[in-house]
Amino acid sequence: MTSPHPLAKFRPSWQLILTLLMFVFMYLPVLVLAFFSFNASPFSAGWGGFSLKWYAKMFSDERMLSALQDSLLVAFLAVMISAVLGTLMAVGLARYKFPGKGLYQGMSYLPLIIPDIAIAVATLVFLASLAIPLSLWTVVAAHVVFCISYIALVISTRLTGLNQHLEEAALDLGATPQQAFIKVLLPQLMPAIISGCLLSFVLSMDDLLISSFTAGGGTTTLPMEIFSRVRTGVKPDINALSVVLILGSGILAFAAEYIRFKGDQQQLGK
Amino acid sequence: MATSAPLPPVPGAHSSTDTVAAKLKRKLVSLIQPTVLLGPAGIWLFLLLVVPTLMILELSLIPGFRPGEPAGAYGLGNYTKIFELIDGQPIYLWVIARSVLFSVGSMLICLFLGFPVAYWIAIMAPKRWQNLLLVSFVLPLWTSSLLRSYAWITILRPTGVLNSLLGVFNLPPVDILNTQTAVMIGLAYNYLPYMVLILYSSLEKLDQRLLEAASDLGATPQQGFWKVTVPQTLPGIAAGCLLVFITNLGDFVVPELLGGASSMTMARLVYNQFLGATRNWGFGSGLSMVLILGVSIAIALLLKYGDQKAEDF
Repeated sequence: MTSPHPLAKFRPSWQLILTLLMFVFMYLPVLVLAFFSFNASPFSAGWGGFSLKWYAKMFSDERMLSALQDSLLVAFLAVMISAVLGTLMAVGLARYKFPGKGLYQGMSYLPLIIPDIAIAVATLVFLASLAIPLSLWTVVAAHVVFCISYIALVISTRLTGLNQHLEEAALDLGATPQQAFIKVLLPQLMPAIISGCLLSFVLSMDDLLISSFTAGGGTTTLPMEIFSRVRTGVKPDINALSVVLILGSGILAFAAEYIRFKGDQQQLGK
Repeated sequence: MATSAPLPPVPGAHSSTDTVAAKLKRKLVSLIQPTVLLGPAGIWLFLLLVVPTLMILELSLIPGFRPGEPAGAYGLGNYTKIFELIDGQPIYLWVIARSVLFSVGSMLICLFLGFPVAYWIAIMAPKRWQNLLLVSFVLPLWTSSLLRSYAWITILRPTGVLNSLLGVFNLPPVDILNTQTAVMIGLAYNYLPYMVLILYSSLEKLDQRLLEAASDLGATPQQGFWKVTVPQTLPGIAAGCLLVFITNLGDFVVPELLGGASSMTMARLVYNQFLGATRNWGFGSGLSMVLILGVSIAIALLLKYGDQKAEDF
């Protein structure tokens, strides 16, 4: 009794207990989905034994796979376009002062502020009034709007901490502005660009509203397909799909955070 | 000293032997760069965001506009319709009030649950674990919001996980799905990570010497918390609350999937006006403008309050 076990002194604070509870709260829904995705019983209420049949069913589901294909195509194209436009915009905003810059900057933040539903509605009205037929391309164009903002935001935060003398040195040594941009600035920005791209890729894959309003009859993105099924009740094959998607975006998220973290460390090391 | 190679325009490196042509060229080059950098994104955002927003502003001023029908005269009919009584009830006002209540409720839940978490990670956790803890807490944010809400259906529905658990402990089952409680749970779940992120960055900057000083001068930990920690992190608290409020106000997926018929919100009403059977684009645009106005007011508060607080320190 006089020599207490080292653990006996450990009295967790209530903040620690609450934090642990909140971690459980955050991961509980994900774990529930994972659990039931291996459940042989089609009713998520009870356990009917281990089974991979929902995964098999999902991978042979034509509609689901074509929706996945549409989503990947939209996200890929939108992120490619936004990566170029967003990087140029972030660099331009960091470099130049011009009349109306405040307005321009405000416009670049708008997609982060205006609710998705309002952006979706506005884009539909715009496309309808110009009689532009809805298709996969209109979805891409609409996704580029918010992807640009997120990519530019991530790059801007990195630009503020960047060593500008490197680019000036390159210019002094006779590099053209294009060379200085491509050989000096871009490599320094690369972690931020990749991290911004991953973020907007995930957001584009996740978007339901803007896609629903701008996709024509021939295009169905994955969230649209999931939404139309989930609305009518619980579907066990959606559990399997969720697990695959959550793992996928989880890996992307960790990659993005890791790249940004490494980039920041590199920057601090200089 | 003659410069044979054409030097790029470096500020402060102007030579006095500039010819007029070189000056003109320099001027032109100095215009080309910003245009190339800022032009494409600017045009894209202007065409696909600013112009469309102005278009729904115009539509919102055409009462009862429906696609395919000739537009009527301008008027405020879409906005006065919000105050319309249906069966003696101001239904649309209730929708707006409900959206605001959901947002405020979820904001408060996020604050009270999120503050201790952010506090523990920022101040009490070992330094080298902080980043990992924060990233893992925020990780579920990266998964599809649709699937996160779907997971809550699995938990909350009458034959769901929650009631199975309650049954194990011989407790009576609860019927939460398709109620406003379910919406609050779903919203708080979705936006808690944002709150923790913002509060963390605010708490991390907290000058802990002030707390030590307070304690040296005889303040209890409680006094230290309320008189030092809270005032110092007030800008972060305000920013977190307003951000959660703003994002909640326009949320569609959570009330649609978890709320059922009892939880009509602004975003759902707008959705129905455009993609539902009503197809009243004029009224839908009016509601969208109200939504944008609500968010703008919150942003204005955020900027004003945040700046003022930032100057205090």
